[in-house]
Amino acid sequence: MDILLDIISWFFLVMGSFFCLTGGVGLLRFPDFFTRVHSASLTDTLGAGLILVGLMLQAEWGIVTAKLIMILIFSLLAGTTASHAMAKAALNSGLEPYENDKKESSSGEKT
Amino acid sequence: MFALTAITLLTVMSFALARAFMGPTLYDRILAVNNIGTKTVLLLAVIDFIAGRPDFLDIAIVYALINFISIIGVLRFFEYSGNKAAGEEN
Amino acid sequence: MRDLLAVVMLSGIYSLLSASLFLDLDAVDVAFTEAAVGAGISTLLMLASLKLVGRFENKSRYKPGLALGVVLVTGALLIYGTLDMPYFGMADAPAHLHVAPRYINDSMAEIGIPNIVTSVLASYRGYDTLGETLVVFTAGIGVMSLLLVSRQTKEESYKKVPADMQQQIILRVVAKMMLPLILLFALYVQFHGDYGPGGGFQAGVIFAAGIILYTMLFGLGNSQRLFKRKTMELVTAAGVLLYAGVGVVCMLLGGNFLDYNVLRHDPVHGQHLGILLVELGVGITVASVMIVIFFKFTWRTVKHKYKE
Repeated sequence: MDILLDIISWFFLVMGSFFCLTGGVGLLRFPDFFTRVHSASLTDTLGAGLILVGLMLQAEWGIVTAKLIMILIFSLLAGTTASHAMAKAALNSGLEPYENDKKESSSGEKT
Repeated sequence: MFALTAITLLTVMSFALARAFMGPTLYDRILAVNNIGTKTVLLLAVIDFIAGRPDFLDIAIVYALINFISIIGVLRFFEYSGNKAAGEEN
Repeated sequence: MRDLLAVVMLSGIYSLLSASLFLDLDAVDVAFTEAAVGAGISTLLMLASLKLVGRFENKSRYKPGLALGVVLVTGALLIYGTLDMPYFGMADAPAHLHVAPRYINDSMAEIGIPNIVTSVLASYRGYDTLGETLVVFTAGIGVMSLLLVSRQTKEESYKKVPADMQQQIILRVVAKMMLPLILLFALYVQFHGDYGPGGGFQAGVIFAAGIILYTMLFGLGNSQRLFKRKTMELVTAAGVLLYAGVGVVCMLLGGNFLDYNVLRHDPVHGQHLGILLVELGVGITVASVMIVIFFKFTWRTVKHKYKE
């Protein structure tokens, strides 16, 4: 039973860190602010959820689990709202989204 | 097991730090700082399990709160004080 | 670097790094306070003041060479003065031989709470903590007397929320949902300070951070309906009065000033009660001073929106 719990939490932790890693790579490589917000916040939320669930399976049933649930709820609420606020503020201040087919000499892939 | 997660989180934090230095607009930098904050919360939770002390979870909750309020504060500041400087290079 | 906003963000990051350094040195309470105060409240208050002052620094009109020279000379003298002190962490320093073992060995027997930091802060060195609370209180009085809120605003103008904040519907809903949890967490940190990291200072700062979030999103008028000026002045003073009052009650009951042993029939219970009341006083004062300072700073920037 302990081995089964260990394997399941190991799986959650690995998946969570994989998602966080892809979000970080997306933060570096995407061409525009809005695409970066999209990648960073989506994968961040999912990765945080998976990592915290994996940690919850490792702890005994007690106050540690309750605090981890609180961190999870707070992280879900606050992370998504913060990225919404950033995207809205950027849009309101006139930042233009990236348009690939307006540029004459585009070196990226054609959509 | 926890060490692998901690190393991955540190790698992602260094990516976000690179973006904070490189980002052409101001909003890129705000996004990077927010991302570093979220990863810090996760890293604190993982380190708590590595070290075996359950005290650090309180600090993780506090830092999640502080991160959120700071980002909202910075964004309100820009909304009040004018928009021309937002798209320029910092 | 002339951009003051970048300076503020960098100082926030610096506070976060020093908080993680304290964590590495195994000082959890200090890291808690540093993260909450340095990365949180300080950044918010400096941003609020930047709204007044403007984002970019003017060119300095004097040469800073003389100031730099004075700083270097003073620093060199201070470093010379510390050369006689024992090295950091040396095992036979007086602080490690006499003071620390007495606290660590006797704290559980004399005071009976697991968190030694709280017992040292609130009981062994309670007089110093009274001084710190008075410093926070004096800062609050200073801001209150320097930046007066205009007395002419009528009650009707409080009800209008400026239009740019009414568009932030998602943020307002989410903040309304989170605010009771934040305040409840502040109360948890306040009263759990005996058993884990926490205590009065951290709880006051978290409480003030929750109220600042509400103020930023719902407008100053709504917040000031709840935290009126007269009430905040009384509450700020009440926190310090609670702390000093506990000391005076101890004197009246026959002990020394801030000697909690005489508060109850049993010294350990007396210490528990004394620490609880004293931390509550600290928390009340810190929370109300932070809230008052934030209100005063933001009033100056938004008052043109309320006078219609």
